[in-house]
Amino acid sequence: MSGWEPVIGLEVHVELATQTKMFCACTVSFGDPPNLHTCPVCLAHPGALPVVNQRAVEYAVRIALALGCTVRPRNVFHRKNYFYPDLPKAYQISQYDEPLAVDGAFDYWVGDERLSCRINRVHMEEDAAKLVHSGESGRIAGSDYSLVDFNRGGTPLIEIVTEPDIASPEAAREFLNQMRNLLVELGVSQCIMEEGQIRWDANISVRPAGSTTLGVRTELKNMNSFRFLQQALESEIPRQTAILEAGGTIDQETLHFDPETGTTSSLRSKEEAHDYRYFPEPDLVPLVMDPAFVEEIRAAQPELPAARIERFVRDYGLSRYDAFVLGAQGPLARFYEAAASGADPKLTANWTMGEYLAHINAAGLEPGHGHVTPARLAALVGLVVDGVISGSAAKQVFALMAEERAEPQEIVETHGLGQISDEGALDAVVARVVADNPAQADQFRAGKEQLLGYFVGLVMKATQGRANPKLANDLVRKALGK
Amino acid sequence: MSALDPLRLTALEARRLLIEGEVSAAELTKVYLDQIERVEGDVHAYILVADDDAAKYATKIDSEMGAQRGALAGLPTAIKDNMVTEGTVTTCASKILAGYQPIYTATAVRKLFDDHVVMLGKTNLDEFAMGSSTENSSVAVTHNPWDLGTVPGGSSGGSAAAVAAGEALWALGSDTGGSIRQPAALCGIVGMKPTYGTVSRYGLIAFASSLDQIGPLARSVADCALLLQHIVGRDPRDSTSVELPAPVQVPTAESLEGLRLGIPREYLGSGVEQGVRDRFEATVALIEKLGGRCAETTLPHTEYALPAYYIIAPAEASANLARFDGVRYGYRAAGADDLIEMYERTRGEGFGAEVKRRIMIGTYALSSGYYDAYYGQAQKVRTLVRRDFASAFDQFDLLISPTSPTVAFPIGSRTADPLAMYMSDICTIPVNLAGLPAISIPCGLADGLPVGFQFMGPAFSENLILRAAHALERAIGFDTAPTFRAASEEAPS
Amino acid sequence: MIGENDVRYVAKLARLHLDDAEAGRMTAELAKILAHIDKIAELDISDVEPTAHVLDIVNVTRADKPRPSVPRDEALKNAPAVGEDSFQVPKMS
Ligand SMILES: [Mg+2]
Ligand SMILES: [Zn+2]
Repeated sequence: MSGWEPVIGLEVHVELATQTKMFCACTVSFGDPPNLHTCPVCLAHPGALPVVNQRAVEYAVRIALALGCTVRPRNVFHRKNYFYPDLPKAYQISQYDEPLAVDGAFDYWVGDERLSCRINRVHMEEDAAKLVHSGESGRIAGSDYSLVDFNRGGTPLIEIVTEPDIASPEAAREFLNQMRNLLVELGVSQCIMEEGQIRWDANISVRPAGSTTLGVRTELKNMNSFRFLQQALESEIPRQTAILEAGGTIDQETLHFDPETGTTSSLRSKEEAHDYRYFPEPDLVPLVMDPAFVEEIRAAQPELPAARIERFVRDYGLSRYDAFVLGAQGPLARFYEAAASGADPKLTANWTMGEYLAHINAAGLEPGHGHVTPARLAALVGLVVDGVISGSAAKQVFALMAEERAEPQEIVETHGLGQISDEGALDAVVARVVADNPAQADQFRAGKEQLLGYFVGLVMKATQGRANPKLANDLVRKALGK
Repeated sequence: MSALDPLRLTALEARRLLIEGEVSAAELTKVYLDQIERVEGDVHAYILVADDDAAKYATKIDSEMGAQRGALAGLPTAIKDNMVTEGTVTTCASKILAGYQPIYTATAVRKLFDDHVVMLGKTNLDEFAMGSSTENSSVAVTHNPWDLGTVPGGSSGGSAAAVAAGEALWALGSDTGGSIRQPAALCGIVGMKPTYGTVSRYGLIAFASSLDQIGPLARSVADCALLLQHIVGRDPRDSTSVELPAPVQVPTAESLEGLRLGIPREYLGSGVEQGVRDRFEATVALIEKLGGRCAETTLPHTEYALPAYYIIAPAEASANLARFDGVRYGYRAAGADDLIEMYERTRGEGFGAEVKRRIMIGTYALSSGYYDAYYGQAQKVRTLVRRDFASAFDQFDLLISPTSPTVAFPIGSRTADPLAMYMSDICTIPVNLAGLPAISIPCGLADGLPVGFQFMGPAFSENLILRAAHALERAIGFDTAPTFRAASEEAPS
Repeated sequence: MIGENDVRYVAKLARLHLDDAEAGRMTAELAKILAHIDKIAELDISDVEPTAHVLDIVNVTRADKPRPSVPRDEALKNAPAVGEDSFQVPKMS
């Protein structure tokens, strides 16, 4: 398939972590029994009217600013009309030609490469309710009836629409992963994918490599993990390429990804016309964005992952990759920075990415939780740097630190893990090791230098790793007369 | 208790009698329930009469509430059946809401309940308030108490007929294109549409959200003021609601001295019946005697107001009525094989012809490729209509016109021609497009049927309108007791 | 000029079942009403701002504070069909 390149755009929906729904005061909830969080507004009873949630607007502006968008001075909600059982008013209150924000960009990395994707728009709307289809498959096809649970209906939703700037399935996956980190960092959503708090659709077309015109695109839906997104895109590229190479044309259509087969398919051969009949929502008045309000939100914005990664490279001398691993997500970044403030930043980075990440992953902990505090990790790194303990002893100390609430210094003492740097104490060990291995000693004296490590290893073993390696080296050479 | 005449008693007088202990709430309520018993079979003003509840509640007010009584305690009130009332079935006169039990109460009604009015029942209307005759009701056709062979107007025809026939002391209606004022005119009572936003729409079953407004229907201007006083106010549940800049005053004015009144010539076109024209002109002469100065003016875009209204109102309605889908409440067609068939049959069977017609027009006007030509253009016409009023109010304090170009018309005479029916609202619609307040008061009879006289004012000029209307009402001295002429009787010459 | 195909398309969008007689009658009625409505096309008003709201109010919002929801029984009591504490609808395909 060389000669063809994909062009990908994404549409991301994010449920905001507000207390209440977008247009009514029902609690936003997850996983509760059905229909416990409803009212005349979110059930669309006759006569009920929407009122905008102020916090949702604030969160939306946070997102818009973090994506470098222009927050438009005047916002208008529109009605998007279509019938579906999860949409009780039979219109979604959304935004149309006067959205919250436009013209931004999102920077993300694929490996060491920093990429940028333009953001077309960010707008506010409300989520649909939850549908459950009866029958074993849980799908629409073959079910006898469906059930509607309005708990989720009306949850504040932000839609982020990108330009088609993404050039590979892997990049699309990284974009979303890093977008998710950003949204979590902003405190606007937990973005728990299992709860559907972040969802996405993708537009994809292919074109001859180097071409600047866009081909006919398809819209991919039903990809509820990063892996499925990548799989769906990866299956769509050769499908479109094959059609074009055979001289065919792509149908502009919506395709559903099937996780079981890893491929996409068109659900309906004849897609019903989308005629949403948008018109300004007469029940809501315009939002006029006071510049002072926007600036207040901008000023309170936390440092965003992209800026933090740059800073880690600059201030701590980390490689871009290490900076990314440590800086992409807030909790780990905060842990690392706290630890690095008390110890060598690069060694601390190695320990954080190595032992520490392994430990919290194995224990299922969030960064910053558990017995290994930033101060303890910094103290441990300090003991290594100061030669109090060896690297291998340090790993033992770390393992013990992960299990008990204790300072590394205490552990070293109670477990006798301090380095033996006393010549007198090591001489006897070295002498015994040499005496026990006369054949190897002769070979070494005959010039087989590699055996030095063998003897040092035996010394380390005999001292349970506590021997100062450099001193052990010197003493072995001396004992073997070299 | 002296003999109370429900055909003439005003709310202000009834309140005085209640406060002074000359009549009890139970006795007063019984007067209206008895009148309902007597005439409802001819008038059909109500969809639901809450007789037991009303009587019980009135007794409770008498025995329990003492000093805690609300300002309107014990006043028997009718509510148009497009306002939801928790505990009382609300149908909007539509089959699609048959048996619907609201889970909350409309703000305007809640406020009246908080003031301890006695709700007599829910009044008839054109289905979803779409109509000008109350013939488009799935429940019954309401008859005009002046001439039972004619319509009471609409869509608040049930509320207007109930008040006129003495079946209620007063009532709430709603006005989207004249639906309070036109039936008030045809039934010989007073009806007021307040400035858009001053009365909460929360709980008013939406017809056209940017036009709908709840208002009072009563036997006098002062009664209208009193009822309005108790329903206005910003409601945190209605984003489009506002506080009136000054409280509503119950008017006492007797003079129109110095008031400048403009007569838009476009409102007196060829569609205005001679009898209506005569009564209007006589009333203008009376106004001048009272010190008012009347002069002709122009609202040049009036001819575009009706077409703009018949785009905007159906377009908004097409979305507002989409929620009636047989899922969460109301009628569901039986035996549908799948969801789409259920939707289509539920709505096809549940809505009446006029409602379907308007949903179709509205959907068409918003559909792909037509938005700019219809809805967009109509919203621009709306701007022009507003500007027309603004320039007229540079020169005049208020504008005046007939409320309806005709008196009550015979039942069935316009049902075959939707467009002819739409023309009933030609004098009332522009005010809704501009969101302005207006009132209709009776100014005499033509062919034995009441003629309505309309005052229109700038936004928030409710008190000025009420003062002017009150002064004129006193001078006219209209007798509100209707004739209950049987359908077959000839009009007196 | 609106035709019966337009009427059927619009009826589909509006989820309104119209039988053949109704569709024919509706086409004639809509044509007549639209002829009247089309009058507004006469006006050349491309430079006029549309009016969506008659009052110039903006920025009406509410605090993000929960209020009690309605009990589930209350939410479901008007539903034509209920199953598993949810609103039940006929099969969707
Ligand atoms: Mg959307
Ligand atoms: Zn709710």
